[in-house]
Amino acid sequence: MPTYKLKINGVPNEIEASPDMPLLWALRDNLNMVGTKFGCGIGQCGACTVHVDGNAARSCQLQVSQLDGKEITTIEGLSEDGSHPVQQAWKEVDVPQCGYCQSGQIMTASAFLEKNTDPSREQIRSAMHGNICRCASYNRIENAVVKAAQKKMA
Amino acid sequence: MSSTINTKFSRRSFLRTSSLASGGMLIGFNFFTACKDSVKMPVDIAKLNYNDFNAFIKISNEGMVTIFSPNPEIGQGVKTSMPMLIAEELDVPWENVNVVQGILDTQNYTRQVAGGSQSIRFGWDALRETGATARQMLVNAAAAKWGVDASECSAKQGVITNGKGETLGYGDVVNEAAALENERATERAAKIAALAEGEEMPAETIKLKDPKDFTLIGTDIGNVDIDKIITGKPLFGLDYKAEGMVYATVLRPPAFGQVLESYDATAAKAVPGVIDVITIGEKAKAMMAKEQIDWTAKLASSEKVVVIAENSWAAIKGKEALQAEWSVSTPLESTKAHDKILVDLLDGNEFTTLRKDGDVEKAFKQADRVVERTYESPFLPHNCMEPMNFYANVTDSKIHLVGPVQTPASAASTVANLLGRDEKDIRLEMTRMGGGFGRRLYGDFVYEAAEISDKIRKPVKMFSTREDDMTTGVYRPAIKYRIAASIKNGEVTGYRLKEAAVNGNMYGLIPNFFPAGAIENYQVDVATYNSNITTGAWRAPYTNFLSYAEQSFLDELAEAIDQDPVEMRMNLLEKVKETTDDRIEYSAERLQDVLKLAVEKSGYRNPKDGVFQGVSAYYCHNTHVAEVADVVMEGNQPVVKKITVAVDCGIVVNPLGAMNQIEGGAIDGVGHAMFSDFVFENGMATSNNYDKYRLIRMKETPIVETHFVKNTLSPTGLGEPALPPAAAAVAIAIKKATGNRVYKQPFISNMDAKPILG
Repeated sequence: MPTYKLKINGVPNEIEASPDMPLLWALRDNLNMVGTKFGCGIGQCGACTVHVDGNAARSCQLQVSQLDGKEITTIEGLSEDGSHPVQQAWKEVDVPQCGYCQSGQIMTASAFLEKNTDPSREQIRSAMHGNICRCASYNRIENAVVKAAQKKMA
Repeated sequence: MSSTINTKFSRRSFLRTSSLASGGMLIGFNFFTACKDSVKMPVDIAKLNYNDFNAFIKISNEGMVTIFSPNPEIGQGVKTSMPMLIAEELDVPWENVNVVQGILDTQNYTRQVAGGSQSIRFGWDALRETGATARQMLVNAAAAKWGVDASECSAKQGVITNGKGETLGYGDVVNEAAALENERATERAAKIAALAEGEEMPAETIKLKDPKDFTLIGTDIGNVDIDKIITGKPLFGLDYKAEGMVYATVLRPPAFGQVLESYDATAAKAVPGVIDVITIGEKAKAMMAKEQIDWTAKLASSEKVVVIAENSWAAIKGKEALQAEWSVSTPLESTKAHDKILVDLLDGNEFTTLRKDGDVEKAFKQADRVVERTYESPFLPHNCMEPMNFYANVTDSKIHLVGPVQTPASAASTVANLLGRDEKDIRLEMTRMGGGFGRRLYGDFVYEAAEISDKIRKPVKMFSTREDDMTTGVYRPAIKYRIAASIKNGEVTGYRLKEAAVNGNMYGLIPNFFPAGAIENYQVDVATYNSNITTGAWRAPYTNFLSYAEQSFLDELAEAIDQDPVEMRMNLLEKVKETTDDRIEYSAERLQDVLKLAVEKSGYRNPKDGVFQGVSAYYCHNTHVAEVADVVMEGNQPVVKKITVAVDCGIVVNPLGAMNQIEGGAIDGVGHAMFSDFVFENGMATSNNYDKYRLIRMKETPIVETHFVKNTLSPTGLGEPALPPAAAAVAIAIKKATGNRVYKQPFISNMDAKPILG
């Protein structure tokens, strides 16, 4: 099998994989980074969201052969210790119920807040619309994004 | 000194203690069975034996407390709230408490199940008594050390104080406490041996706190796994890995009613990373032939093709590359046919009567008017965000199972049965679950994983894709209700509810829920159509739809008799207050109180311009809930903006967690009623992923505002009760906004539906 170079959370990795393997499975199976979750496999639920060059992207839709030279950030690399303002806001609001979708939610929110530092609630709702939370902790997700924005401004 | 409440029920015979080799004290306990006298506690923490105890508390020399929480966590918060009950009575600062998911006892523990919102209700006394007993052991040890009587000492926040004001930390006396308890156990054993025949040990008493003295219960405690969740640490079943583990996907019959005829694995085996292609199902079929088995019979009626691979992606691609032929073993069914069958059942006369008061036929004959309506709901998949999966490692000596399952005990015993093995060989570890909603009550995925590993003799992770999950799952059954009521002189005199459901009817006390007991002539009749489509519990089984039908109907009845819908419910409930019917489990007072609270907090009497409000009140899973939905028109679309929820769940153990359950439950109720539809054609589901199946998303989400009725009654669960009232509140608000009632879910595609009857 061919080898591919993936730069993840600032660290270069080399993996052996079939060229069409989605980044999601390379992260989870080859690199033991299981924070990025499998939810639907068709880019519809957002559980597998990572950052590619700073933009939120569905890792189930990205093939390892297309990622050479890209800067990939996963939930494990968002901060070293959970101290990113979005992670802290998630903790303070106590967002999760089952928790499965939350790393994807956090990755979507953190990329969004880099582009829009002072969002309205309506903009937050639009930005987070692509991420499903089956436990429906949506009110708290919304409130945590508001709180994270305040933290980033402070 | 805090006031206390003595409880006669003794934890002593449920507890064992030991000194740990590493220092500190270990307390093992069992909720429902006294410990056997021969049972030995481990002195090495790594050797916790869950066969005799289902939970442990470890207190270290530093006074740190580790609670090995026994109940499965599916997102309902029990991994946080149940240890809170122990910590409250043990009286330790929550910062000193660490919670670890316990492994399962498959032999002794009967209620290690997440379902029915019952964990807190069952654990309320047992866990507090355990904490209080542990505290008393520590106090006794400190008293002995000081040479004073234990009654002179008190314990608070991990510190024991004597009459002179001297203090000792819990950690300072744990070793002595363990030794004292061992002596005590020896004395106790001697006393038991000396008992005359028929004589029993006198019950010991343990002091529990008065609820007004709680310092932890009733405070906001965050999710104990929060740091792991926000940093993406391995927690869930799908995250679990073991040395040498391979991955497996399973090709199951695409339609209910089909069985495997033949398959060609050539292309699948050519996929890089695919190790092998096998079939399973023989063992499941053999087990089914031997005994009456549950619903999984249907999913196990066919052989299945399994792709074994080095990684998940290869397993997925391999499955896609499989060529399989299926033959029809039982008729392929469709939603269209079900619709007709269920209506025919409602039109027919073949019913089982579950409740009958007075004479509804007579009341209907004498009525000025009879109102009759029919309500319809589709099948629904659970759609847990974490697809079904399980790890199994079957060897000649042991069976190791790890993963997310709501019923670990029955899963383990079925695996033993399936593989013809001794249950004692099985070790089952539960992981955190990426949602449950009832789906993980059924262990089909555990049996598949076990059968695969048994065959290949390797550790394996079997996982479903979203498509597998949605199309080969277990579903909320499609149900139709027909409700008729008679009106005489402006009063409701009779009420008849008919249920036509796929694969099973409402059960337990559900036929006696409100408005049962409030109307003199009252009858609940049920009929079933048996389908080969697998159905099962789905968050708030039956009541998730029944509440919508009944509460919508009550609103229409109020309109028919020209009464305010809140007043009408209050009046009906008034009639239940004096009931002597012990099947009436709900409290009329408590239901009235939540209704009043929801009305008050939602501004129901003075709605804002352009806001249309619907109200509903329902009791299920021992909790009373009322909800008011605010709907506004955006263009031609009614949009749900807010749900005001009033809840009486007794003492609120952890308000932060409780409100999360309520917010989620109400939105879940709105979402599925508004948007979710699931149709079968030729035995096959017509939607298989989120591009074709609609779940509520952020922009459609109402704001949920929660209010609790404050009291000191024992707590009841919250995993389910906030869901059922939501749909009716929304439907009633939609009626006010559009003039049209909705009789069929999902509302989004049935919004202009005219009444089917009446």
